Amino acid sequence: MDKRTDLVSKGRLIDEMSFKSRFIEFITQWEVILVFIAIGVFIFFNAKSRYFLDWFNLMNATFQFSEKAIMALPMIFIIMCGDIDISIASIIALCAYVVGNTALSGASIPTLIALSLLVGTLAGLFNGVMITTLNMPAIAVTLATQSIFRGISIGLLGDQARTKFPKNFGIFGQQFIPGTIIPIEFALYLALMLLFAFVLHKTTYGRRLYAIGNSAEAARFSGINVKMMRIINFTLTGFFCGLTAILLASRILSVRSNIATGWDLEIITLVVLGGVAITGGRGTVFGVFIGSLVVGYLKFGMGLLKLSGTLMTIVIGSLLICAVLLPRLLDLYKANRKLKIQAQR
Amino acid sequence: MAESSAKAFVQRAMARRELTLMMLLVVLLVPITIRSPLFLSPSNVNRILNDMAILAIVAIGEFFVILSGGIDLSVGSIIAFTGMVCGMINESYPAISPFVLLLIGLSVGFFMGLTNGVLVAYGKIPPIITTLGTVNIYRGLTFLLSGGSWVTAHELSVAYIAFPRNTFLGVSYLLWIAFAVLGVFYYFSRYTRMGREIYAIGGNPTAAKFVGVSENKIRVVVFLVSGTLCGLAGALWTARYASAVNEMATGFEMQAVAACVLGGVNFSGGAGGIIGVALGTLFLGVVTNALPVVYLSVFWQTFVQGLIILIALALNTISDQRKHRRMLAQRRA
Repeated sequence: MDKRTDLVSKGRLIDEMSFKSRFIEFITQWEVILVFIAIGVFIFFNAKSRYFLDWFNLMNATFQFSEKAIMALPMIFIIMCGDIDISIASIIALCAYVVGNTALSGASIPTLIALSLLVGTLAGLFNGVMITTLNMPAIAVTLATQSIFRGISIGLLGDQARTKFPKNFGIFGQQFIPGTIIPIEFALYLALMLLFAFVLHKTTYGRRLYAIGNSAEAARFSGINVKMMRIINFTLTGFFCGLTAILLASRILSVRSNIATGWDLEIITLVVLGGVAITGGRGTVFGVFIGSLVVGYLKFGMGLLKLSGTLMTIVIGSLLICAVLLPRLLDLYKANRKLKIQAQR
Repeated sequence: MAESSAKAFVQRAMARRELTLMMLLVVLLVPITIRSPLFLSPSNVNRILNDMAILAIVAIGEFFVILSGGIDLSVGSIIAFTGMVCGMINESYPAISPFVLLLIGLSVGFFMGLTNGVLVAYGKIPPIITTLGTVNIYRGLTFLLSGGSWVTAHELSVAYIAFPRNTFLGVSYLLWIAFAVLGVFYYFSRYTRMGREIYAIGGNPTAAKFVGVSENKIRVVVFLVSGTLCGLAGALWTARYASAVNEMATGFEMQAVAACVLGGVNFSGGAGGIIGVALGTLFLGVVTNALPVVYLSVFWQTFVQGLIILIALALNTISDQRKHRRMLAQRRA
């Protein structure tokens, strides 16, 4: 059977499916399950703590996860193509060092932002070029650059800290949109999330990312410049590392060489938890958005209940494994069901 | 004729990762030794080897996972959990023999590796995701177990703390254990059926399955080996550093992977050897210890390590691609 008749028969099958089948099809998508998990998290913590479901608290809690959620967006593109980047935390540290050090000499805020974005972009470009020109595995290259970028900031900064920043530097990471209770960071995240959703789901670039993730070889034969797109993905991620470095430095107003340590794995966790396949080619921005909220508010809620942060890691680790295991089990179940329906006819 | 065979010999030698790495090590050691003749003194060499022994044990476990085409990110957390278990047991039963503690470490690590392996093989979860999950879970369990408190040096028994430092024939127990692990797994990887099956699964899973290799079994075995060795490392870690802390060995997985990359282990699986991994570990140790000798601040250690990994990676890839091209040319001829 060729692909087309296969699709036609599949379409007919869906048409003929009962309401119950279609309902099961919908309800067993990982994104939908995530929404239920999110609702469950809110109901649970609301029952446990009367401080949880309070608009001001909920908005204030976003300070704790907005930066990681922003980094998860370009990471979707990288993982969608079957690559991975474990050097992002180090790029953030490098950019933050540059910002902190330049601020010492009294540079203006626009200069600091431009510099951070530039350094991040260059670091990301370096990753992308190293990976694609020599055709080396992304995980190995970014393992090395993880040490290189972090090493530069450790080497230059040592055990020092940079804490002198321009007067209004704190607004990006600490202030709210005037007249509202929405933090600037979170508003920025929402805007970027919509932008990434548009690019991934509504543009040619986004469709090509899916194509590369499903088969880089086939994508190349169909005329997609796979190498260039992978370089763009890594460069874009570097750019957002620069942006995140500004937000982070602005929020905590202190730069040390160990800043953002361990974020790589946390951000990859957000992306995978959001339903993006680590092998590439499957996932949505919406899923990652819900996943980020679930993780962020789980942490916030457990903090309210005075549960330790380390306990939290057990929950996140288990969720991560469930995020991959559950859809697989559901797929098996659905396949069996379809077979049964077909057999009945 | 003689000339061309000599050329072929050189080419073959260059293709051997172990030899290239050994030469690089010598190239690195010459200027260091000229600068500081004491660097190669027996006591300093002994110190470097002892520093790297635990990493070598863990890297060998990581090697088998990478060889099968996977990756194990949970090694640091397994070390922390087993180290904490051993530390707390030692605190409660000071009279317990260090050998028993090692056995306990081994068995706890065995079960943690088994969990990883079963999730990967039978849950069909990619190794990177499985271990990304368990790195968090195991670290959290360590915290639950200890309640956030430490086991400090004076709560551990003297015999346990002294164990890795005790010497037999002038070499510390720690090194003997590392050499034993090296020897056993060298034999395992080269001369046993299962060892070769791991290479087969890593090189070409489909072909391996057609000749009757059980992929699931191999996937479980590699994580078992890695987990068990981490368990051993955890028991040794607590003794060597005379404390058990919740955060111990954080990020150690990156060191282990780095040693493998330096040793020429290929991330796509099926290529590399134990000797390479040992040399890669040694290389990391020499570089780390040589920095003060060349008057470079220890703060630059991370940077230099990363740079060396990147260079090693690039060299490996280039030589691989060359070999590949040569093979293609030979086939055409």
